[in-house]
Amino acid sequence: MRPNNALLATNLSGTVQPAASARGQITGRVDRLAGMALIIGLMVLPFLVMLSTSLKAQEYILQTPPQLIPNPATLESYSELAERIDLPRTIFNSAFVAIAGTAGQIVISAMSAYAFARLEWPGRNIVFLLYLATMMIPAVVLVIPQFILVRSLGWMNSYSALIVPGLFSAFGTFLLRQAFLAIPKDFEEAAYVDGANPFVIFWRIIMPLSLPSLATLGVFSFMGYWNNYLYPLFVARKEDVMTLPIALATLQAGPRSLTEWNLVMAGAVITVLPILAAYLLAQRWFVSGAISSGIKG
Amino acid sequence: MSQVMSWNRGIQRWKWVAVFLLPGLIGLTVFVLYPIVSSFWLAFQDWNLLQPPEFVGLSNFQELLADDDFWRALGYTLTFIVLYIPCVFVLGLALALFLNQKFPGMLMVRAATFLPVVASWVVVSLIWKWIFNPSYGLVNAGLNLIGINGPDWLFQPQTAVYAMVITSVWKDVGYIALLYLGGLQNISETYYEAARIDGANRWRCLRHITIPLLTPTMFFVAITLLINYFQMFEQVWLMPMRDSAADRQVEVIVTEVVKNAFSYSRMGYASAMSWVLFVLIFIITFVQLRLQKRWVHYEAE
Repeated sequence: MRPNNALLATNLSGTVQPAASARGQITGRVDRLAGMALIIGLMVLPFLVMLSTSLKAQEYILQTPPQLIPNPATLESYSELAERIDLPRTIFNSAFVAIAGTAGQIVISAMSAYAFARLEWPGRNIVFLLYLATMMIPAVVLVIPQFILVRSLGWMNSYSALIVPGLFSAFGTFLLRQAFLAIPKDFEEAAYVDGANPFVIFWRIIMPLSLPSLATLGVFSFMGYWNNYLYPLFVARKEDVMTLPIALATLQAGPRSLTEWNLVMAGAVITVLPILAAYLLAQRWFVSGAISSGIKG
Repeated sequence: MSQVMSWNRGIQRWKWVAVFLLPGLIGLTVFVLYPIVSSFWLAFQDWNLLQPPEFVGLSNFQELLADDDFWRALGYTLTFIVLYIPCVFVLGLALALFLNQKFPGMLMVRAATFLPVVASWVVVSLIWKWIFNPSYGLVNAGLNLIGINGPDWLFQPQTAVYAMVITSVWKDVGYIALLYLGGLQNISETYYEAARIDGANRWRCLRHITIPLLTPTMFFVAITLLINYFQMFEQVWLMPMRDSAADRQVEVIVTEVVKNAFSYSRMGYASAMSWVLFVLIFIITFVQLRLQKRWVHYEAE
């Protein structure tokens, strides 16, 4: 009787069809196919508009009505974009910041989480509460003082400014502590009898057994670094450290000139494609990362 | 059990605590705790980054209360919340109920609804800014087909708000549906079987089983949405057309904070405003926690 839930839960229109009748089943199926097509269409269409606009030459984007299939299709916008911004450099900046930040955040969060989950020391709960309390502070409260701090450290327009403040994640520590607590202690005790120290246990037992949680945090952290805008906007404005979202936003025209939307959309494709590809390859980690991000709020 | 391990005693213990905890704790202190404290301190200073900060007591907060721009930003923030949250709350639930069906291809639909969630807000804002372009965008082209002359969306404050709400719903509905799906899958099948034996139809099942048992998830969704949308930023920062009426008028609290801090170099005033935002979020969350007894139904009770 498994499909009951599904059948019962659908058809919000309020008209009741007897589930058993053949006619009802067929219309139900057609309704569902139409619904599926509609949802996929609505979700994918804006991305198609982005892609198609990026493949048009400037004069063709100003057609009315807009053509969804670019004719003629050209990569002109991309080569023009490469003249406007240092594309390889910007892509490298984004990738480097996201990869280094993610790796660092995972290592630091995992080590702190181990201290909270497995070591026993007075004051542990109080310090952990302090970690949790920092999660309540909205990002915008942190942006101003972090900007000032980065500035007084002489880190403006540097990779350090983009990477370091994000490494110390109370959320990551919290997430991994939960994961470590769920691991039975038997393995560790066997290893201890064999003479292993905490570091060996952490590296050889705890970390390999927590791979799903590490992947969840990794994806969550990578998305955070790759997509971040509010904070980098003020600490990394020079082209040599600029990340993709910042560069993309600068492509919008100033007050008088007209925005070249084919260029903006080409930039959008370059910014979004890696993350969409990663998502399609590793869907479950993105989903678990997104769900746990809700905890953070 | 773990007491048998010798490093949980004496000096040894602190050595290992230092190795594992200190890198994270020092970093958190320097880059998170210290900024929080210094931001609070800044809220009571007047500082333009050039001269040394000057203590001004509560005057930043007094000025805030009389600042029309702040009240307008708060007004727009609340307008966005009032328009956006009911939409995404209901559409997210409808989408989750749809996705919860076992049907070939449903996983593909689920994957599609999640694409906007992983895309960055900057990309999403710019795509929709183009789609809402009054002359060349897809929305007005579509409206033209059915004989409607579309508005100047991102030029005028009111229509710009609608455009941003639509964009936000599109971006978030997959995420909200995912949260609901988790809740739906926790509802035991036996309730529906019992209801069917009693002759209940689908609507009654939805009304009397699904929705009551989903209230804990709804509560979580509502809190998450409120916390996030008090802090909305990118779409409001990027979407209105430059120098249009919408650009001049539509501000939310975070854009107002950012403008004060980084355009006018009023670090103290901007910090004060960001703390007011924190207090607002705190109060709203607290009120929700108190109100939850009225409508949230926990199965275990």
